[in-house]
Amino acid sequence: MLQTMIESNGLTKRLGGRTIVSDITFTCRPGTVTGFLGPNGAGKTTTMRMLCGLSDPDAGSSTILGVPFRELPNPGRRVGILLDASAQHAGRRGEEVLTLSALTIGADPGKVPELLDRVGLPKRAARQRLKAYSLGMRQRLGLASALIGDPEVLILDEPANGLDPEGMRWMRELLRDFADRGGTVLLSSHLLHEVEAVADQLVIIGGGKIVAAGTRDELLAGAGTLVRAAADHGDDRLSRALGDAGLTIHAHPDGGFIVEAEPDDVGRAALAGGVALSRLGPSESAGLEQLFFDLTSGAADAPDVPAADLQETAR
Amino acid sequence: MSTTAYAPPAPGGLSRDTRPGLGRLVRVELRKMYDTRAGFWLLLAAVALAALAAGLTALTGHDDSRNFANALNNSTQAINFLVPVVGILLVTSEWSQRTAQVTFTLVPQRARVLVSKIGASVALALAAFVLTFLLSAAFTAIGGKSFGSVGAWHLDGGIVAQLALFDLISMLIGVGLGAAILLSAPAIVASFVLPVGVSLVLELIPGLDHVASWIGQGEALSPLSDHALSGTEWGRVVTATLLWCALPMAIGVVRFVKGEVR
Repeated sequence: MLQTMIESNGLTKRLGGRTIVSDITFTCRPGTVTGFLGPNGAGKTTTMRMLCGLSDPDAGSSTILGVPFRELPNPGRRVGILLDASAQHAGRRGEEVLTLSALTIGADPGKVPELLDRVGLPKRAARQRLKAYSLGMRQRLGLASALIGDPEVLILDEPANGLDPEGMRWMRELLRDFADRGGTVLLSSHLLHEVEAVADQLVIIGGGKIVAAGTRDELLAGAGTLVRAAADHGDDRLSRALGDAGLTIHAHPDGGFIVEAEPDDVGRAALAGGVALSRLGPSESAGLEQLFFDLTSGAADAPDVPAADLQETAR
Repeated sequence: MSTTAYAPPAPGGLSRDTRPGLGRLVRVELRKMYDTRAGFWLLLAAVALAALAAGLTALTGHDDSRNFANALNNSTQAINFLVPVVGILLVTSEWSQRTAQVTFTLVPQRARVLVSKIGASVALALAAFVLTFLLSAAFTAIGGKSFGSVGAWHLDGGIVAQLALFDLISMLIGVGLGAAILLSAPAIVASFVLPVGVSLVLELIPGLDHVASWIGQGEALSPLSDHALSGTEWGRVVTATLLWCALPMAIGVVRFVKGEVR
């Protein structure tokens, strides 16, 4: 059995002398969901297009199921791909889009109604032309199109775009289930909370480079402690107490602080300052969010970059 | 082996490691031509135009021109007006509507996709010709009752073959132009404007007017529908086809296979 279903090996793409993505290396194993995270324009789509053979890398290589994508004899039956849900003919009916894919790859077109049902597109919508589809409906149709060949690998670019919260939850369950049955999923997103709950592994990309990669817990290790003062004591007193203890703190947008220390030390500092707490614990997703923001917001937050360079970047 | 049980292919389907054959891809390309609203109406318009031309020829006009040969000739010329547009859209609608990226992820060998599109266009051109043939026969049969002239059904086999060839060349000119330009609207405009423009320029420049009969699209190809061609005229068909079909097709192959799909 293959241990590496998707492998990106130093993928690099330049466009007009500018490097769009540089040295992207990661692997995806069977039975896992990999979240490919980064702000818009970080290079997620460019990387995925190279993985799917739509675009030639300037350096590096990639394999799907052990071979370069273009060498798969019938890729539609092994890899389900959704790169851009809007890239469909506006004058075609939803069910016809799936029938075309099925006919091309030799899957059973008789499965189309069942599949439409599985992605939550009602019969009436299936008969409609795509012009009338919302982005969320197109995403569902795109996912159905990716699934029609009964693939082992799914590569999905921003599949949650345009989905409502209920739709997002449905998709997470579908992908989790796909992976639990042995499949491999690579999905990209610019929103951490979309993938955090479902991904076994996160690959975070910023400015065309991988800035962090690992499991959620690995990334969270050292992400700090979230602490909040009781309402009548206030964050000001807390911040003073933590400062007195020599701890480094970051204000959290929802109130309280993320402290670069273990919960034990933070608790002692609060006790020493006589501040009552309403919350104290590992920062969890709040910390991951902070980390994601720090990692991807680029050089502006890095203290070791000279001011002149910052001006250069700003321009 | 993977731990997951994957469904075996359906009857008539393909396994995970069987490359989709060209016959299958051609059938899919043909289906793409009529399964969109625009494609469906374009094909219907082409049929209507052919029927109108055949009908007008066989049912109205002078008695001596109301025959099968004229009906076939006129309806072929009428459908040839739209046939290149069908050829263009066969290639460009995938780029304009961005479905090419879906097609290319299912069939990464882009040259195979282009070959299957050319195959579909040849099938459509032949179908168009059979259709004009049947329409012309039907209208001649109807019109024949009212005038019953001798020789109403006389047909020269050579001319029939030339008309079919004319249909095919018109279609391939469209496919080539479509592949070279890759955008629907500019390609359609070019298919109507370029032939007229080139002829006009050749006519206006002194000493070049004899070149027009060799490379002008209308000048070199329209004799196909008129009379049995002489050797020289066949030569002109070849030169014009090279310029209007082979050249854009060569550019198109490169753009189609190497172009970045958005």
